Amino acid sequence: MKLRIPIVAGVLLASAFGIGPATAEMAPGAVLANTCYSCHGTEGKSLGAMPTIHGKPAEYLSTTLKAFRDGQRPSTVMQRITKGFNDAEIDALAAYLGQKSK
Amino acid sequence: MKKISRRGFNRLLGASGAAVATGLAMPAIVNAASARVVVIGGGFGGATAARYLKRFDKTINVTLVEPSTKFVTCPFSNTVIGGLKPISYITHGFDGLEAMGINVVHDLAVNVDAAKKQVKLAQGQVLSFDRCIVSPGIDFKWGAVKGATQEIINDIPHAWKAGPQTLLLRKQLEAMPDGGVFIISPPVNPFRCPPGPGERVSLVANYFRTHKPKSKIIVLDPKKKFSKQGLFKAGWERLYPGMVEYRNVDDDGVVREVLAGKKTLVTDFGEVKGDVINFIPPQKAGAIADQSGLSDGTGWCPVDQQAFESTLQKGVHVIGDASIAAPMPKSGFSASTQAKVCAAAIAEMLGGEKPGTPKFVNTCYSLVAPDYGISVAMVYGFENGKIVKVKGSGGLTPSDANDYHLKQEALYADGWYRSISTDIWG
Repeated sequence: MKLRIPIVAGVLLASAFGIGPATAEMAPGAVLANTCYSCHGTEGKSLGAMPTIHGKPAEYLSTTLKAFRDGQRPSTVMQRITKGFNDAEIDALAAYLGQKSK
Repeated sequence: MKKISRRGFNRLLGASGAAVATGLAMPAIVNAASARVVVIGGGFGGATAARYLKRFDKTINVTLVEPSTKFVTCPFSNTVIGGLKPISYITHGFDGLEAMGINVVHDLAVNVDAAKKQVKLAQGQVLSFDRCIVSPGIDFKWGAVKGATQEIINDIPHAWKAGPQTLLLRKQLEAMPDGGVFIISPPVNPFRCPPGPGERVSLVANYFRTHKPKSKIIVLDPKKKFSKQGLFKAGWERLYPGMVEYRNVDDDGVVREVLAGKKTLVTDFGEVKGDVINFIPPQKAGAIADQSGLSDGTGWCPVDQQAFESTLQKGVHVIGDASIAAPMPKSGFSASTQAKVCAAAIAEMLGGEKPGTPKFVNTCYSLVAPDYGISVAMVYGFENGKIVKVKGSGGLTPSDANDYHLKQEALYADGWYRSISTDIWG
């Protein structure tokens, strides 16, 4: 298993110089969560009928996504999408979105 | 239960490894800080890639090359053709990208030289890059069908690149008398936006129903079947009974020649005359692909499907419609999700890392009527070097969906458009 050394080191280095590249955007689950933005808006701030997911706690997002997937919560398209993600992936993207919202 | 993706897992591990590693990674950081990425094309793929590169690492010097100062999207252009939205609704500028510190150059890229790591522009400017992302969309195979040349598009619009062509088709439909015949002929596979022709038929039918109810639509399709066929046909039967005649490859649907002057399409066994004709030619990757040795014999661009790096030209990535990313469809949504994966991979590679294992989503909404939406969705993983559908995920709107469901999907179609276009262009 390879460590993600350069990018994480980059955060430390950059913060020492006070510039701070946006590497928080490559945090766990970030690239998975970015896909959500296509329908739910950048940072999860929806501009249409889809619910805003920004500002929701990680646990709520994770529970809701799993409920869609397992058919416990009705949906139009979300069940079809969440069926493509396992628990670990859902937890990772929910954690990222939840932490962004704080 | 499958394990977490390598990408996510590595990120989790990376945080704990950070303190140990600080002293070791200087060269990679210096390299990343000065890295230059040139993005060609300001559409769903290119504009997303440019923005997300900046999101991932704002020290990357990003230049976007796009000839137009405004980008008009093909997605939702059927709402303009059907008279539901003005063209301004689907027109986007680049101020949002410039505000993020992206250099936007309005010129046409004519060549990517992978060996020299340079992009040549039509006005003579040369841009150097460490990595290049090419997202040129499609071009047409002019003349592949007899008579279907570039010279006829002012009479027989394709309207498959949005802008003046979209407005021309709208104008022709408005000028058509009630009782007229509209012919649409989609291309062979693969082509941009597989459900697009079905949606176009639907929204023109919706316009006819409300404004020219005696009119007819004939579809001449060279294929056996088309995307969301069952859902579209059920919708046409229910909302526009008797208006749409669909002919496929087995029903003399293949167009052999376009007679623009006579407003006629010639098939194997006859001729079909229309008042308005929308002939959509067969397609290939945008011109820069051929000009830069990025395309293969198919006319499309082979890529590694993980970082979307060209298998023909190192250091050059191809995303969106132009790339070979099957089983993903050539959609705006696909292009945008590929762009995010590609941008993350490039940020990683410039930082001396290997790109993580990607995961993709595509959802294509189509309007059968303003309050009647349908969709197809799919999640894609990456296995044995290839993009694969995640088993059990995705699929179509259920065929027994009730009116409330269909209305919700129509609202979501619009919500998708507004969110994704703002995510991309700001």
